[in-house]
Amino acid sequence: MEAVSLVIDGRQIRAKEGMTILEAAQAADIYLPNLCHDADLEPYGSCRLCVVEIEGSHNLVTACTTPVTEGMVVYTKTAAINKVRRTAVELILADLPEDYLTSPRNQHHDLPKVAAYLGIDRPSLRRTARTFAVDDSNPFFDFDPNRCILCAKCVRTCNEVTCAGAIDLAYRGYESKVATFADEALMDSICKSCGECVVRCPTGALSPKETGESKREVLTTCPYCGVGCQMYLGVDDNRVTNVRGEREGTANQGWLCVRGRYGIAEVVNHPERLTTPLVRRNGEFVEATWAEALSLVAGKLAHYRGDQLAVISSAKGTNEDNYVIQKFARAVLGTNNIDHCARLCHAPTVAGLGQSFGSGAMTNSIDEILGAACILAIGTNTTAGHPIISFMIKQAVAKGTKLIMANPREVELCRYADLWLRNKPGSDVALLMGMMRVIVDEGWLDTSFIKERTENFAAFQKSLKSFDLDFVEGITGIPRERLVEAARMYALSKPASIFYAMGITQHSHGTDNVMATANLAMLTGNIGKPSSGVNPLRGHNNVQGACDVGALPDVYPGYQAVADATIRAKFEAAWDCYLPAEAGLTITEIIEAAGRGQLKALYLVGENIVLSEPAAKKAVAALGKLEFLVVQDIFMTETARLAHVVLPAVSFAEKDGTFTNTERRVQRVRQAIAPVGQAKPDWLITAQLAQRMGSQGFDFAHPAQIMDEIARLTPTYGGISYPRLEKGGLQWPCPDAEHPGTPILHTKQFTRGKGRFMPLVYKPPQELPDKQYPLILTTERSLFHFHTGTMTRRVKGLNSFLGESLVQINHQDAAALGIADGEMVRVISRRGEVTAKAELTEVSPVGVVTMNFHFAENPTNVLTNPALDPISKMPELKVCAVRVEHI
Amino acid sequence: MTFTEIQQRAIAEWQALKQSDKPHILVSTATCGQAAGVLAVLEAINNELAERQLEATVTQIGCIGLCYAEPIIGITKPNCPGIFYGNVTPEIVPRLIEDYILGDNPHPELALGTVGEGAIKGIPRLFELPMLKSQLRIVMRNCGFIDPEKINHYIAGGGYASLVKALGMTPEEVISEVKKSGLRGRGGGIGFSTGLKWEICHKSADPVKYLICNAHEGDPGTFVDRALLESDPHIVIEGMLIAAYAIGARQGYIYIGDEYPLAMQRLKVALEQAREYGLLGDNILGSGFSFKVEIRRGAGAFVSGEETALIESIERGRGVPRVRPPYPVYYGLWGRPTNVNNVETLANISAIIEKGGDWYAGIGTEGSKGTKLFSLSGNIAYTGVVEVPFGMPLRRLVEEIGGGISNGYQLKALQPGGAMLGLIPASLIDQPIDFEGLVSIGSRVGSGGLVVLDETACVVDLVSMMMSFAYSESCGKCVIGRLGTKQILSIFQDATSGQGKPEDIKELAELSESVALGSLCPLCGGVAGPIVGLLSYFRKELEAHIIEHRCPAGVCPALAK
Repeated sequence: MEAVSLVIDGRQIRAKEGMTILEAAQAADIYLPNLCHDADLEPYGSCRLCVVEIEGSHNLVTACTTPVTEGMVVYTKTAAINKVRRTAVELILADLPEDYLTSPRNQHHDLPKVAAYLGIDRPSLRRTARTFAVDDSNPFFDFDPNRCILCAKCVRTCNEVTCAGAIDLAYRGYESKVATFADEALMDSICKSCGECVVRCPTGALSPKETGESKREVLTTCPYCGVGCQMYLGVDDNRVTNVRGEREGTANQGWLCVRGRYGIAEVVNHPERLTTPLVRRNGEFVEATWAEALSLVAGKLAHYRGDQLAVISSAKGTNEDNYVIQKFARAVLGTNNIDHCARLCHAPTVAGLGQSFGSGAMTNSIDEILGAACILAIGTNTTAGHPIISFMIKQAVAKGTKLIMANPREVELCRYADLWLRNKPGSDVALLMGMMRVIVDEGWLDTSFIKERTENFAAFQKSLKSFDLDFVEGITGIPRERLVEAARMYALSKPASIFYAMGITQHSHGTDNVMATANLAMLTGNIGKPSSGVNPLRGHNNVQGACDVGALPDVYPGYQAVADATIRAKFEAAWDCYLPAEAGLTITEIIEAAGRGQLKALYLVGENIVLSEPAAKKAVAALGKLEFLVVQDIFMTETARLAHVVLPAVSFAEKDGTFTNTERRVQRVRQAIAPVGQAKPDWLITAQLAQRMGSQGFDFAHPAQIMDEIARLTPTYGGISYPRLEKGGLQWPCPDAEHPGTPILHTKQFTRGKGRFMPLVYKPPQELPDKQYPLILTTERSLFHFHTGTMTRRVKGLNSFLGESLVQINHQDAAALGIADGEMVRVISRRGEVTAKAELTEVSPVGVVTMNFHFAENPTNVLTNPALDPISKMPELKVCAVRVEHI
Repeated sequence: MTFTEIQQRAIAEWQALKQSDKPHILVSTATCGQAAGVLAVLEAINNELAERQLEATVTQIGCIGLCYAEPIIGITKPNCPGIFYGNVTPEIVPRLIEDYILGDNPHPELALGTVGEGAIKGIPRLFELPMLKSQLRIVMRNCGFIDPEKINHYIAGGGYASLVKALGMTPEEVISEVKKSGLRGRGGGIGFSTGLKWEICHKSADPVKYLICNAHEGDPGTFVDRALLESDPHIVIEGMLIAAYAIGARQGYIYIGDEYPLAMQRLKVALEQAREYGLLGDNILGSGFSFKVEIRRGAGAFVSGEETALIESIERGRGVPRVRPPYPVYYGLWGRPTNVNNVETLANISAIIEKGGDWYAGIGTEGSKGTKLFSLSGNIAYTGVVEVPFGMPLRRLVEEIGGGISNGYQLKALQPGGAMLGLIPASLIDQPIDFEGLVSIGSRVGSGGLVVLDETACVVDLVSMMMSFAYSESCGKCVIGRLGTKQILSIFQDATSGQGKPEDIKELAELSESVALGSLCPLCGGVAGPIVGLLSYFRKELEAHIIEHRCPAGVCPALAK
């Protein structure tokens, strides 16, 4: 950008072209009072406080709306300016409660500061204030219109940043008011309570219910999804008191969602946190010392052979936790039976994109979303799973990006889409191959990319033959014109970017689904370029990292195969031990092995498989057969209740470490408070266990040392170290200390050399509706809860948004069954039954019911089908057959 | 069809009408006529003709501008001049038909004037009427004399020939001609050079540009655009076409308030007819130039007539102004360069292209060229819509064209429209009408409304009413507009109800200054105009209200003795 020079109050200033006068002044530390400006929002110019005079212009202009020009001469303190500013503040004060300026609760807001700057200490004009009722319906914040000055920051935030559109200005002129649709209470509106409006309110009209003051702040990474939002935890007296987003150099640009902003303090400070080790004696848990508990566990584990043992790690833990845990499994227990919940989310991604491209991760970065000409979002309810990414997708749409949604359910983003393809559950391969068939037939493919960068195209093209549009229409339920339109939109609006999540992976053909997305991107040359690519949205905060550092049964850190003798030798040398050559068991196989009595002991860290495994009843029975179960967690989970020993771990707020977000960005987690009770970091517990079992190589004093070991053994993490991470996150591959990290994969060549087209055939879900079980059950996540609810269900406010799993059922199906809205119903599959309240909706299509799995009271995964994807061993969580009955 | 063929067809239709051996009855059914009851007159004419089995052509016309005389009808018998009658009632209709169409008595006592060749004893020429005599009708040349729903009428009078001429010129040549004419925007603003605005838009590299015709006329007392659109919509559409060609726009919008249903209806018909002739749409008259026009309806907010609020309204529904700069010509509709021109501005274009910029620049004053339409209302003899050349003193407009104060009282002040212009005291009515001249006396040319007040009016009450208008029409976006108008209105409410305090005068002065300096858009910024006018020209009357709690004109009820 060109530099522009201008003069402000006699001072020569340099500014970037395109900056406003206000931005230039702020950059030069010149204060201009303002109440309606926000860096994230389009200039608005309503508060009139930043007015300035420009030489040669006869009107005052607002600095927040006026771009700088070369040679501009600006005055910010003339008599006319002062007059306007004073009048504006006096008019505002006449319209607010009389004690506004003196009331202590308002002091930390912007308005009192501006008034003080102008030397105004009391209202002086005729009173114009009206009296409104305060809306206190939201559990996290209140809206007091009496203190509102209609700067519309909240409204603009809700339209421009989060794009939720929950609030707007209602009525006109003096009668204007910030209101929800039909001026209903916030809780009765579509507001999702992200609180982005609250943080911007300059007067306190929107203010948090808990205005926790903090003495210090610690920058860390949010634990509630794979976006990896950077946030400050405010701390006072060893408690987390508040949370705010960090803007600079972050994926989230300072934005947070309801979970991150309001779902952390209550969890970290929760009285039910586990604070001491617990050992089962005569069927009851009793408190134990760490020494007792660790020696008990060490002794028990030492008792078994490697193949009788398994370790389940957690995508909620840090890279360092996961590294130590997998090292413990392999080097100490002598088993590759190490897996974690990625098996239940993105194992098909790792397998599918691994085969197509050579690495199973987001090819591009989050901040490229705005640059995409087209986004195909398939099988993702981004709003619930990755709220901040949904903000960005909606922002992109508002700026002209075409959005194609493919989802059987009318998830929120469907309402923003240019094209919504309501395909039948499990029909994604047909949908994507159908689109590719159109692209090839119409000649919209990128032949030079295919020729230069890919292989196996001919075989792939042959496999397209079986996807004629009649067939595709029959399988997917999507009219062919819409399919053609989708193909046209995706192929001809470049760059185009594909996003997907569990709707693609959680199928018995999940790997095929993933490879279909890879085929589509390669076919149109939409890979290796900015704002293009195939972008699996990783669900857990560190599911990417847990995979990266080897918490998987077949690979060591950095996806280095255990079956490869050279690699194995490298790790044997590094860890000074003998390592097993065979790949270990996956989570689902671990449970099965336990059920068969083959597996004797399980060390389970931070997972609640009683709620997350398919056919959960079977899983519970299997756990019951174990001779020894150790659970390490921060709360007494449903799974922990079954354990022989429970070890108290610290939350993310009490430890140092790193998470790797969905865009492969390794980011720091920083200790904000001292551990609660006697709880310890996972890595430390596991390391101490290893030491008790007589192993060397676990004497880490700090997670930084663990990262150094990861870097030594993991080429993609080779250049990552804590000192570097202090300056911000790094995206792998980052092979050496000088490497800046890699925002876009496969730019010149694919990780595996050439991109490989995969011929595909359509495979239906393993269990389809029949007479006995006539409906499809699909599972989903809620914005207000995370995974099995271990943490979020302990937040009262989140429960008030959603406190139970509802059975979402289409009005037509409900009418046929005579089911009323709100009625308790029984949902039955071949594997079990669950009772829950019915919610009649059009969001779920006819023939499909939807439940989420956050709730122990109605554990949806009792119903789901454990049929596995043969390649990735992913169970078919998204489709099973059920029937719904009255109770 | 080539344009020549279109013209031939139109002229043939027009000639057939003029040379018909049947009587031709013109009925002025614009809003002013309808308000005066013309529809009942029209019904009476149709009934009377049917009953008598008389064959006559009945044509609905727009507004001649003589609104004081509505309902107006015109009767042309073969080989006779046309006679216009004013204040026609359904009861008069049978007499006119019986006595004049069937008989020979033209009823001079009911007639306004004659048009066309020949004369009728006892009836003046219409254009010799005091209200019409001093006008210079360029924009209003067809108003009241053609059927606004017949494109052939417009074309027969030379319509769309300027478009054809413009298409034969380069866009630069068209712009140069408009610049040369000195035409300035008629929308009530500062009177920005139309040609210059077009040039800026034309020069933008953006391939997508828009043209918007601002037909959202909302100022109290202003109804010039309504009269134009109801009487001669094609003159505006032709202006839009030429403008679009000059700036390079392919899409145009006409933004019009829902309060103007008849204008909207006539525009719709006109657009459809222009499309049928290939004068709108793709590849117009084979020139390669394409232009489409859509009508967008306003939902009642006055401020949606402000160009940025208008754009917001087209984009997302809520008519709220944006901060300028950036001006729409740089960053307008959907962020594209957008040329917003007022109805009257566009209606000038065809004449400028036809006769040349130099011809146009020969009319008016040094800085203000051409003519200006005014809608006259208030305590005046002849209310209506008139067109006068710039440079005419206000006195002639009021006394000669408007016929002066109707009831024997003295002139007190003029209230030009826009809603928020400074009052002009009677002492200043020798001021010639031009942009800078009216600014120099604290007012503006405005959008063309002119409310005439005699000495029975209370200016404080009037300004209070204007403040009430500003308060209720303020969009609420900016602090100073929203709360400033509320604060000022409270002061006026106190003043007119005997609650005034001496310090209120100073506060009014202070507030009006801040509001003028600090408001986001001219609506609320404009409230300063009437207040300053009051303070400079009618201070005594204001003080009487605020300090003495007395209304000298005896208008404010709470202050009546």
